[in-house]
Amino acid sequence: MTFLLTEDQEMLRETAMTFAREELPITHLRTLRNKGANGVDPETRQKLAELGFFGVIIPDEPGGEHFGLVGLGQILEAQGRTLAATPVMQTALIAASALQLGGSPAQQAEWLPKIAGGETTFALAMDESAHFNPLGVATEAERNGQGYTLNGMKRYVPDAHHADMLIVVARTFGEAGDRHGLSLFLVPADAKGVSIQALNTVDSHGAAHVTLEDVMVPEGALIGAADQGADVLEPVLDRAAIGQAAEMLGSAQAAFEMTLEYLQSRKQFGQLIGSFQGLQHRAAKMFTELEMTRSCVAAALSAVDEGKDNVAELASIAKARASDLVHLVSNECVQMHGGIGMTDEADPGLYMKRARVQEAMYGSASWHRDRYARLNGY
Amino acid sequence: MAYDESVDLEQFRAETREWLEKNCPPSMRTPMKDDEVVWGGKRETFKNPDSKIWLERMAEKGWTAPQWPKKYGGGGLNPAQARVLQQEMSRIKARQPLFSFGLWMFGPALLEFGNEEQKMRFIPDIVHGRTRWCQGYSEPGAGSDLADLQTRCEDKGDHYLINGQKVWTSYADKADWIFCLVRTDTSVKHEGISFILFDMESPGVEARPIKLISGESPFCETFFNDVKVPKDQLVGEVNGGWQIAKRLLQFERSSISAGGFGGTGGSGILGPEEYAKQHIGTDSDGCLLDGDLRARITDHKMYAKAFSLTVQRQAEQAKAGQAVSHTASILKYGAAKMNQDRHELLIEALGTEGLGWEGEGFDPAAKKVTRQWLRSKGNSIEGGTSEINLNVISKRVLGLKDHK
Repeated sequence: MTFLLTEDQEMLRETAMTFAREELPITHLRTLRNKGANGVDPETRQKLAELGFFGVIIPDEPGGEHFGLVGLGQILEAQGRTLAATPVMQTALIAASALQLGGSPAQQAEWLPKIAGGETTFALAMDESAHFNPLGVATEAERNGQGYTLNGMKRYVPDAHHADMLIVVARTFGEAGDRHGLSLFLVPADAKGVSIQALNTVDSHGAAHVTLEDVMVPEGALIGAADQGADVLEPVLDRAAIGQAAEMLGSAQAAFEMTLEYLQSRKQFGQLIGSFQGLQHRAAKMFTELEMTRSCVAAALSAVDEGKDNVAELASIAKARASDLVHLVSNECVQMHGGIGMTDEADPGLYMKRARVQEAMYGSASWHRDRYARLNGY
Repeated sequence: MAYDESVDLEQFRAETREWLEKNCPPSMRTPMKDDEVVWGGKRETFKNPDSKIWLERMAEKGWTAPQWPKKYGGGGLNPAQARVLQQEMSRIKARQPLFSFGLWMFGPALLEFGNEEQKMRFIPDIVHGRTRWCQGYSEPGAGSDLADLQTRCEDKGDHYLINGQKVWTSYADKADWIFCLVRTDTSVKHEGISFILFDMESPGVEARPIKLISGESPFCETFFNDVKVPKDQLVGEVNGGWQIAKRLLQFERSSISAGGFGGTGGSGILGPEEYAKQHIGTDSDGCLLDGDLRARITDHKMYAKAFSLTVQRQAEQAKAGQAVSHTASILKYGAAKMNQDRHELLIEALGTEGLGWEGEGFDPAAKKVTRQWLRSKGNSIEGGTSEINLNVISKRVLGLKDHK
């Protein structure tokens, strides 16, 4: 395992940071929000495609130099800094991983180049309740003559309101709670029987409820083996949790820097408020947490690229710690800004709103602590 | 530091492996026992005779201080070779041959600030474990505000005369020599401090052990009454001791954080989750019945993993020449929190089994936990309190200003 970036990854990081700073500053999210775009931003999607950001974990594709998940983590961290709403997580990470880990050669040949080129975007439609629960899927996939018929309802699916394709987790066997019996299907978002209800979400990124009513898909839509979907889904979700942790690290870092700047400029009682020990120690603790979480995220990203056998454990550590971190820092960011932190005009509130969405995605801190304990036999 | 860069690392590994196989006694490849730790010095008794052989062989190669220069008895290894040595020692589970404040704290500072004569005189004895050093820093009136120390050091022409009192002097009753902060100018604070060395057998030195809440006495009150010290035992400039003192504290904090307060007494003690399984029980899925404790144990284990990953990350960054600023304070703060949390969880998981003091009727490992739990309370006080470390982080790392 290494914590150091290669020269190529370092350059990618630099590019992603510059792009986020210059093209996707937080004012960009504000503009999108104010015009009611709900996170839909085709121009940015185009720019991301031109930069090759969709193909960083896809080897042998045009623009797809192999930067690995470590490389993609740098992009997500950069996006996290400015709370950018982009299809990178769902498409470049989740869909690319699902196809690489479970897709047939034909599926890979069809979709990976379209992902790398930014032509097609995806959304993973999995959860059916208000909490992350991969095994809780009840959506039915019933075999018919030519393929499968899907029926069910998916809640709060990120990007489903603008994605071209859905990866639907459905049940071909057993009942909710069973690991065996899950299957993954590629479903065009405009297929007959798919209805998408766009949601206005607290973080202005948007999401959608997805209803599947007698949706017919061919045999070739199945990713991996029927009933064995968890074997593909679980490593994909671990990578998503790690990628989400990288994004959260960026958000926490930026919110922390904003707070630090405020502590060094705001005066009360004739003093910079940053000279008060009551605030200094809280800032120092946040910094300690940031540094320690950075190590966990870096270790988890690199463990995936190196094919280590402790990815699940590191994913849980990274996601749980990054969730707690961004929760703490976003709250302190509002509190230490005082009244201005409560205004819509100032940015702390945007970080706090986005933080709660980030915390809920791909397993909350509690979910990951529970899973970590199970992995360790208690 | 001079070393032969042409030495092939893999060849070094092979040679090291062969040498360790031949020279590390079998009993030195077993987990360390509390009473077999070797601190060296004149009074070392070497309870296990193998530990003496092991120390002598390692010291002969300079491998008790692998990266110190050969001319002072060190190993003269470069960082990559030192890492290989560490890996090869871990591979056969070799014990550390020597525990020593000289190796961890005083030696590195003396190599940086001492004159040639002082280095030749003191460093080889540290490498060989012949001199055991103690640290004369804190005083009854100077704890967190260390620079307020009052132990006087007067220039008497051909010698110095020292009067005053130190406290929390670790193992002063067992040490041969002391490195000590003294006041050579009373008109200024930081600029009036000097760094001086003397023999603990000098007339006028007295060390009295302090009994702690754990029942043990690792620290002493140390009194100096007209102690005469030769002038060549002052390190650096007169009144220039504070710089050395601070540098040494960095070494102290790094060595604490690298060891994570693990100390030597981990043998036989299980993790909190194991005690919880034994004493609280599990459901049919094997999950701990106390879900709240289970979550807190997990939070702690994740913190511990984050801590060790951070130590690794910083070592890698330092090795690659990337700036690592004041991380010692972050790690010292984290190490204290981690060790204290761990012991609180151990005690909680053990229930009444963790509340024994001595005698029969309790699991011996649990009794050790009880003592260590009490000892761990000092982790956020010694070597700079957690509050002082947070001050250091906010001021030196984050650049927050002092109150006007």
